[in-house]
Amino acid sequence: MTIEIAIILTPFIMAALIPLFYRRLQRSFIGWVVLVVPVSLFLILTTYIPHIANGKTVSHTFEWIPSFNINFTTYIDGLSLIFSLLITGVGSLVILYSNFYLSMKESLHHFYCYLLLFMGAMLGVVFSDNLMVLYAFWELTSVSSFLLIAFWHHRKASRAGARKSMTITVSGGVAMLVGFLMLYTMSGTFSIREIIADVNQISEHALFIPALVLILLGAFTKSAQFPFHIWLPDAMEAPTPVSAYLHSATMVKAGIYLVARFTPVFGGEMVWFWAVTGVGLMTLFWGSFNAVRQYDLKAILAFSTVSQLGLIMSLLGLGSAAVHLGYSTSSIIYTQATFAALFHLINHSTFKGALFMMVGIVDHEIGTRDIRRLGGLMSILPFTFTIALIGCFSMAGLPPFNGFLSKEMFFAAAVTITELDIFSIENIGIFIPIIAWVASILTFVYCVIIVSKTFFGKIKPDVAEKNPHEAPFGMLISPFVLIGLVITIFFFPNILGEYILRPAMASVYPTFPVAEMTPHIHAWHGFNIELYMTIGVIVLGLLLYRYMKYWIKIYRIFPQYWTLNAMYERIISSSENMSENMTKRYMNGNLMHYFIYIYISFVVIVAGTFLLLEAFTWNPSLDAPVENFELLLIFVMIFASFALLFAKSRITAVLLNGVLGYGIAFFFVIFRAPDLALTQLVVESVTTALYLLCFKYLAELKPEQSSKRVKVSNGLISILVGSTVTLIGLAVINYEKFESISTYFEDSYKLAGGKNIVNTILGDFRAFDTMLEVVVLFIAGLGVYTLIKLKAAKKGDADT
Amino acid sequence: MESLIMILIGVLVTVGTYLILSRNLIRVILGTAVLSHAVHLLILTMGGLKKGVVPLLSQSEGPFTDALPQALILTAIVISFATTAFLLVLAYRTYKTNGSDDLQELRGMSDE
Repeated sequence: MTIEIAIILTPFIMAALIPLFYRRLQRSFIGWVVLVVPVSLFLILTTYIPHIANGKTVSHTFEWIPSFNINFTTYIDGLSLIFSLLITGVGSLVILYSNFYLSMKESLHHFYCYLLLFMGAMLGVVFSDNLMVLYAFWELTSVSSFLLIAFWHHRKASRAGARKSMTITVSGGVAMLVGFLMLYTMSGTFSIREIIADVNQISEHALFIPALVLILLGAFTKSAQFPFHIWLPDAMEAPTPVSAYLHSATMVKAGIYLVARFTPVFGGEMVWFWAVTGVGLMTLFWGSFNAVRQYDLKAILAFSTVSQLGLIMSLLGLGSAAVHLGYSTSSIIYTQATFAALFHLINHSTFKGALFMMVGIVDHEIGTRDIRRLGGLMSILPFTFTIALIGCFSMAGLPPFNGFLSKEMFFAAAVTITELDIFSIENIGIFIPIIAWVASILTFVYCVIIVSKTFFGKIKPDVAEKNPHEAPFGMLISPFVLIGLVITIFFFPNILGEYILRPAMASVYPTFPVAEMTPHIHAWHGFNIELYMTIGVIVLGLLLYRYMKYWIKIYRIFPQYWTLNAMYERIISSSENMSENMTKRYMNGNLMHYFIYIYISFVVIVAGTFLLLEAFTWNPSLDAPVENFELLLIFVMIFASFALLFAKSRITAVLLNGVLGYGIAFFFVIFRAPDLALTQLVVESVTTALYLLCFKYLAELKPEQSSKRVKVSNGLISILVGSTVTLIGLAVINYEKFESISTYFEDSYKLAGGKNIVNTILGDFRAFDTMLEVVVLFIAGLGVYTLIKLKAAKKGDADT
Repeated sequence: MESLIMILIGVLVTVGTYLILSRNLIRVILGTAVLSHAVHLLILTMGGLKKGVVPLLSQSEGPFTDALPQALILTAIVISFATTAFLLVLAYRTYKTNGSDDLQELRGMSDE
C-alpha cells in the first residue's frame, strides 16, 4: 500500500463510512468531518510539488489482474499533479461553501457521499497509468455526476438533466474504451507511459487513426465540446456547489486531461490537430454566442464554461503542432499554446468557481437567478458584488486579473500558428485568430451582462420586499479565497509557471527540453497585436452590449426544430420507441412463442454444430440383443405417446401418460435398475393421483384451437427436436474417449459400507446432492401449499 | 437395443415437444412429463444397456451395470415429480384466478 493509492482510496473509504456514523453526528457536523478529507489530501499533495518540480515523477504498481495486463499503477507527474491539486483544492473550498449553502434539512449524508465518490474517482482518473483502470474511474465520475445532478430527484428537470449527462458522457466513454482496446491491440500494453514510449512503432498501424477518433470522442463528450455540449447547461439543475466543482472546475476538465495526456501519442497527426483545434474553436464560439442570450445566471455560466473549455481545448490542439514538428529552436514557440492551455485551466477554475459561488449566494439570498428579475444588488450584497466583478473581469480578460494573462497568451498562440505551413494551415489558418477574437468579444458581452444586470440598475420591487441581506461570512470565505488567487496569480504568475506548469509541460512534450518551454510571463509586453486585440474586444464588446436590442433578434433566425437539443430529444425518443416495438414483437406474452425460441435455438445450435463437425455417427454393432417382449413394450410406448397427442378427454390423457410412466418402469427393470423401477412406480402412481385430483378443478380438455398452419409448424419443430435428440444420442452412445468413473463406486462396501451401489451414491458419495434435492422438494412443496392456501384474489385484482 | 431405445426417446421427445407447444395448459404439463420420461431413458441408455448385472454387491460378483446414471435418474425422477406437482397446482391456481387455461388468452397485459 503506497501513499498514492491511499490518496485515491481515502475519499472512497470516507464515503463508505458516512452512512455508518452520520446518525450519531449533529447534522451540521457532517460537512466539517468530510472537509478533513480534501484538505488533508491537498496538503499531502502539495508536498509533492518540490519533488515533481525537479523533473521527477512518482510511480507505484499494485498488481491487480496481471494476467490481463491490468495493474493498479499510480503515476504522478506534472500534469496529474495540476489536476489533483485542483480536485482537492477546489474540493475543499466547495465543501466548505456547501456547509453554509445547503439547508440542514437536505439529505446531507447522500450529498457528501456522492461528492467524495466523485473526488476519489477523479483522483483515480488523473493518477492512473493503466488505461483500463483509468476507464473504470472515468465512468465512475459519470456515475457520481449523475447522482449529484439528480440530487433533488423530486424535480423532473433534475432527473432529465442527470439522464442526459449520463447518456452523453457514458456513450463517449464507451467509444473511448474501444479506442483504448485498439491501442492495446497495437502496442500490447495498457500503460500510457509504455504507449508513449512505443509511439513510433504504432503510428503507422491501420487502427491508429480510428483509436485517435474514438478517444477524442470520449474527451469531447466529457468536456462538453460541440456538439456534445448540450448536457452541461442541463446539468445546472444540480446544487450550485456541485456545478462549481464538477461542472466547471474538475470533471469537465477530465477531457482536457485526456487530450493533454495523449498529445505525445497522437499529437503529430493532422486529424488530431484539426479535430482538437476545430472542435475547440467551434465550442468556444458557440458557447459564448449562446451565453449572451440566456436569462438564468447559471445558464450563462454553463455556456460560458462550455466556451472556456473550448478555448482550452483549441489551445491544446494548437500546441500539438509542435509534436508534429519535433524539437527545434523554431518549433518551441508552438508549445506555448499548451502552456497557455494549462495556465488557463487553472485560471478558469479560480474565477469560474468564484462566479458559481457568487451565483449560489445570489440565489440563496434573493431566491432567483433570473437576470430579468434581478438588479441593483450592489448596495445589498457588496461583497458578492466584488466577487462577481473580479471574476467577470478575469473571465473577460481584463487586467489586473489572471484571465488577462492567459487570454493574451491565447491570442498570441492563435496568431503565431498562422505562420505555419503544415496541415493546410496556410489556407484556412487565418480563421483561427478571427474566431478566437469574435468569441472573446462575445465573452466580454456576457461578462458585462452578468455584472450589470445583477448588480447595477434599480432594485426590483419583489426583491426589495424580501429585505435581503449579505450572505453569512462562512459562505464568502471560499469565493474570496478564489478571488484572492485570481489577483495573486496575476501578480506572481511565474511562481505558478515554475513549480506547477513547467513539470506538466514535460509530461505533454517528453522529448522537448523543459526549460525552454517555460516562458517568463509578463503582464506588459509592449504594444503588440495581442494588446490591440484585447483593446478591440473591450471597445466592440461595450458597443455590442450598448446596442444589444438591435442585434439580439438573430437568435430567433435559427429554427427550434433543428437545435441540437431538439435533435437529441428526437433521437432518444425514437430509439426508445424502436426498442419498445422490437421487444413487443418477440416478447408478446405468448408462452408458445417463447418455447419455440428455445427449441429452434436448441436445434440450430446443437444439431448445427454436429452437422458442421460431421459428428453424426451410428454404430449398431455394439448394441445389446433385443427380446421379443421388449419390442412389444417399445411398440406400446410409441402407440401410447401418439395416442396422447389425440386424446379427447383429460382422463384418457392422464391414463396414457400413466402407460408411458409404467412402461418406463418396466424398462428400468429390464435394464437392471430395480431402485429406479420402484421409485418410478411410486412416483407415477402419486403423479397420476395428483393429476386426477387437480382435474376436478380444471376445465375439460378442449381440442387444440390453433390454426392448421401453426399445428404443422409446431409438428415440424417437434420432429426436428426429436430427431436431433435421437441422432445425438446415437452419435454419443458408446463414447469411449474417457474411462468411466463408475468403477470407483463399485467399491462401495469398503468406502461407504453399503452393498447397494445406487444407494451409496445417493446417500454417501453424493449425499450433498441428495440433500439439495430434498431442499428442492421442500421448496416445491412450500410452493404447492402456498398456492393452494392463498386466498383467491378478487376478480378485479386478478387483472392487475 | 440401444438404437431402438434411442428411436423411442426421439418419439417421446417429439410428442413432448408438440404437447408443450400447445395452447392448453394441461397439455403443456403433460408435455413436460413426457419429456422427463424421455430424458430419464436417455440418461440410462447413454451408459450402455444390459452391460452387467444389477448393481447390488450382495447379489453377485459383477460385472455390474453402470450405477452412476441410475443414481442421477433417481434424483431426476424425484425432482420432476416435484416440478410436475408444482405445475399442476399452478395450473389450478391460474385457472381459478383467470377462468381460462388457454395460454393465448393468458397473455400478459399489453404494457408488460
